[in-house]
Amino acid sequence: MKITTIALNTFKEAKRDRVLYLLFFFVAVSLLFSRFLALLTVGDRVKIIKDVGLASISLFGMLMAILMGTGLVYKEIDKKTIFTLLAKPIHRAEFLLGKFLGLVLTIFIMTVLMAAVFMLILFLHTFSVDWKILLAILYIFFELCLMTAVALLFSTFTTPILASLYSLAFYLIGHLSWSLEMLIKKVKSGAGRAALRVLYTVLPDLENFNFKTEVVHNLPLPGKLLGTSFVYGVVYTAFLLLLAMLVFRRRDFV
Amino acid sequence: MGRVLELENVHKAYKLGFIPKKKPVLKGVSFHVNEGEIFGYLGPNGAGKTTTIKCILNLIFPDAGRITIFGEDSLRPRARQKVGFLPENPYFYDYLTGREFLAFYADLLGIHGQAREDKIGYFLKLVGMERAADLQLRKYSRGMLQRIGLAQALLNDPALVILDEPMGGLDPIGRKEFRDIIVNLKKEGKTVFLSSHILQDIEMICDRVAIILAGEIINQGYLGDLISEKVLFTEVIIGGVPAAEFDHLGESVSTSGDRVLLKVYEEEKIDQVLSLVQQKKGKIISLIPRTETLEDIFVNMVKSQ
Repeated sequence: MKITTIALNTFKEAKRDRVLYLLFFFVAVSLLFSRFLALLTVGDRVKIIKDVGLASISLFGMLMAILMGTGLVYKEIDKKTIFTLLAKPIHRAEFLLGKFLGLVLTIFIMTVLMAAVFMLILFLHTFSVDWKILLAILYIFFELCLMTAVALLFSTFTTPILASLYSLAFYLIGHLSWSLEMLIKKVKSGAGRAALRVLYTVLPDLENFNFKTEVVHNLPLPGKLLGTSFVYGVVYTAFLLLLAMLVFRRRDFV
Repeated sequence: MGRVLELENVHKAYKLGFIPKKKPVLKGVSFHVNEGEIFGYLGPNGAGKTTTIKCILNLIFPDAGRITIFGEDSLRPRARQKVGFLPENPYFYDYLTGREFLAFYADLLGIHGQAREDKIGYFLKLVGMERAADLQLRKYSRGMLQRIGLAQALLNDPALVILDEPMGGLDPIGRKEFRDIIVNLKKEGKTVFLSSHILQDIEMICDRVAIILAGEIINQGYLGDLISEKVLFTEVIIGGVPAAEFDHLGESVSTSGDRVLLKVYEEEKIDQVLSLVQQKKGKIISLIPRTETLEDIFVNMVKSQ
C-alpha cells in the first residue's frame, strides 16, 4: 500500500509538471513531421511514417525516462522532502520502488497517448489498422522501463546532470553492444573470445527490444525471440532496481 | 516511568572535502527521554542537534552507539510507527494542496476512508490551517508550512513527537499557539522531544533538558535542578530621585526621564535603597528579584568550554 501511495504521488507530481505536456506536444509535432517527410519521399510513404513515428515514441519516451528519472530521488533529497517521508515507518526499498512505479506509470500513460496519436495518423493514411505496430510499441515501453531503472540507480548517488550523462552513455552502449555479438562469432575461441562474451553479458543489449524494422517491413516475429526479450527486460530491470536499493540502503541524508 | 527514547554513546562523523576528511559531529551523545515529558534539546547552531535527530530517525546512520525508541532498535522501520516528526524549515511537496498533503501522509500511515477525512479536518483545525487547506503548498508562508508540518507529524497519533526547531519562522502569536499545542500534547500523555536554540521556549515548557555543545552533552537534568532559585540581583525602578544618590548601593543601568533602573546585588542593600527613596520623597515603581535563567546557565557553559 505504501508503495502505491508513493507511486501515485510521483505520478501526480509528473502530471503537474509542465515538462510532460511539452514533450507530448513535441511528439505530436514529430509525428506530423513524419507525414511531411513521407510527402518528400519516393516509394512507400507508410513505411516512412511508421519508421519516424516509432523512432519518435522511443526517443521522447527515453528523454522522459532519463530527464525525470535522474531527478526522481535527487529532488527528494535536495528539496529535503525525503526527511518527513523516511521518518515514517517506511523501508527505503519501498520508497524506491514507489518512485520507480510512479514514473513507469507516467511513462506508460504517455506511451499510450503517443501510440494513440500515432495509430490515428497511420489510420488516416492507410484506412486500416496494423496491430503489429502495437507490439513494437510494447517493447519500446519495456525498454523505457529498463531505462527508468537505470536513471533511478544513478539518481540514488549522483546529481541529475551526471546521472543524465551516465544514463545516456548506458543507452548508447546498449544500442551498440550487439556488434560485440557479431565480433564474438568472428573471433577464434580462446581467452579473447571468453573476455568478449563476459563483456557482452555484463553490458546491456537494448537492441533486444527493437522490433521496429520487423514491424515496418512486415518481417516475421518469432515468439521465442519475443519471449527471451521480455525475460531479459524483466531480469535486467530487477537487477538494476536491486542495485539501486543496495546503494540507497545505507545512504546518509545530511 | 518508562523510557521512550534512549541514546547510548552515539558517534557520528561526516566525510568532507574532495579528499574526504572525517569531521566528528557527535562525540558520544547519551541521554534518555522519559514517557510523558517535554524534553528540551538545547544547543547553539551547529552543535549537532539536527544530526542527533536524524540519527534517531534513521536518516543518518551513527558510526557507533545505540539508539532505541520504545525499546526497539531505531534501525527498524517499526520503531518509527509511533513517532511523529517535524523537521527544521520543513520542505514539502509544493505541488500538493494542504489537504492533499495530509491525505498523502495519512495514506502512507495506513489511515484511509472516513477516518482519514476526519483526521485531516481535525488537524487542519488544530493548527489553524482550515482556510488555506485547498491552496498549493508553494503559496504557503514559512509559518504556514510549519503549521501544516505539525499537522503531518501528529496524523498517526504518535506517542513520541520529535520537533526540530519548531518555533523558527513563527510570529509571536504563532509561537504562543505552538507552545499551547505542545503543552496540550503532554496533557494527552504524549512525549515531546523538542530541539531549539531559543532558550525562552524551552524554559517555559520543558520538564527536562539536555545541553549539547560541539557534539557533546555538557549537562542534562530537570530544569529545576539546573536552574538555582538563588537571587542573582534585584532590579529596582525608582521615580523622582537622581541616579547619583544610589551610586554606593548598586549599579544604575539606565535613566529615562526621572526614572532610574538600578541593579542591586546585595540583599541587605535593598532595604537601604527603599529607605533612601522614602527619605527623598521618591517612589518605587517596580522591584523584581532576578533568579538564574536557563540563558545564564547556557552562556556560562558555552563560555567555560
